[in-house]
Amino acid sequence: MGLLDYFRSSQPKGSANVAKERLQILVAHDRAARDRPSYLPKLQQEIIDVIRKYVDVDMNAVSVNYEQEDAHEVLELNIVLPEAAQQRFAP
Amino acid sequence: MARIIVITSGKGGVGKTTTAAALAMGLAQRGKRTAVVDFDVGLRNLDLIMGCERRVVYDFVNVIKQEATLNQALIRDKRCDHLYILPASQTRDKDALAKEEVGRVLEELSDGFDFVVCDSPAGIEHGATMAMYYADDAIVVTNPEVSSVRDSDRMLGILSSKSRRAENGQEPIREHLLLTRYDPRRVDNGDMLSVEDVQEILSLTLLGVIPESKAVLSASNAGIPVILDRESDAGQAYFDTVSRYLGEDIPHRFLEAERKGFLSRLFKG
Repeated sequence: MGLLDYFRSSQPKGSANVAKERLQILVAHDRAARDRPSYLPKLQQEIIDVIRKYVDVDMNAVSVNYEQEDAHEVLELNIVLPEAAQQRFAP
Repeated sequence: MARIIVITSGKGGVGKTTTAAALAMGLAQRGKRTAVVDFDVGLRNLDLIMGCERRVVYDFVNVIKQEATLNQALIRDKRCDHLYILPASQTRDKDALAKEEVGRVLEELSDGFDFVVCDSPAGIEHGATMAMYYADDAIVVTNPEVSSVRDSDRMLGILSSKSRRAENGQEPIREHLLLTRYDPRRVDNGDMLSVEDVQEILSLTLLGVIPESKAVLSASNAGIPVILDRESDAGQAYFDTVSRYLGEDIPHRFLEAERKGFLSRLFKG
């Protein structure tokens, strides 16, 4: 460590900060996946199959989100219908 | 009834066997009757680290298959009367560890000992899950390094779902963090995750910090658990760790780099 580095040493440096940030994101993601019920992928597939009976949607049109909060769990379903679908349901 | 402690990590090479040997020796030196069991069937190493590799006659799998009694297989440590080693088999594969049979052997050990230390193999395969299944305490050995921290978190998930305590709805396994190969100078330079970083990510109680130390290799070369090297930083850190495990309130040491004077930093060669 030279003279300049000595006076610069108060600045954030090194790769440990990057490691910590990456790990925090990764661990949060891993834990969320761990707590999720194992039936979710199958549930998503079956919902898509049902919707496809009526509307032509692709795989990405249905998202299933599972969140755990202190006292309850939230299962969130988000279905994006194509614009043309409205006509099929019109009287 | 013995308390069953699993030494686990997920990742290999972080210091599980070193820790199992040191902890078992440390407990035995305090007068606790201690057995240390090698669960790494097929790749046994604990006997080498303990320095009793030439005294192995029967092993864990022989006891499981009832080809030998527990007393025939247990090796009494020559340095400490309270310490016994149950080596792993070198020839069989990990599937030789059937859950019920492992339970039977651990129960038999529980009758004669105060502590049973289970040295887990790396990974999350059968041997590792068997080592943790019957545990009361888990010591999660972690290096301040991304893949080790992530694997430790994965092990925490398995500990809380796939253990006997979890399956029976009992009080959960007590989990402790042991940070090994810690280099305070690199932490100061911002090149290594700090104790606080790792604790924050894993949210575990800190049992000890073992500094990166030449003494660990010297000890394993000689077949002497590093805790017996009371001159070394690692030996002292393990000694403190054992005291903390037994409930003593001891401050953590070896967390700060040796401070160099201003001039020696300025003119560092």
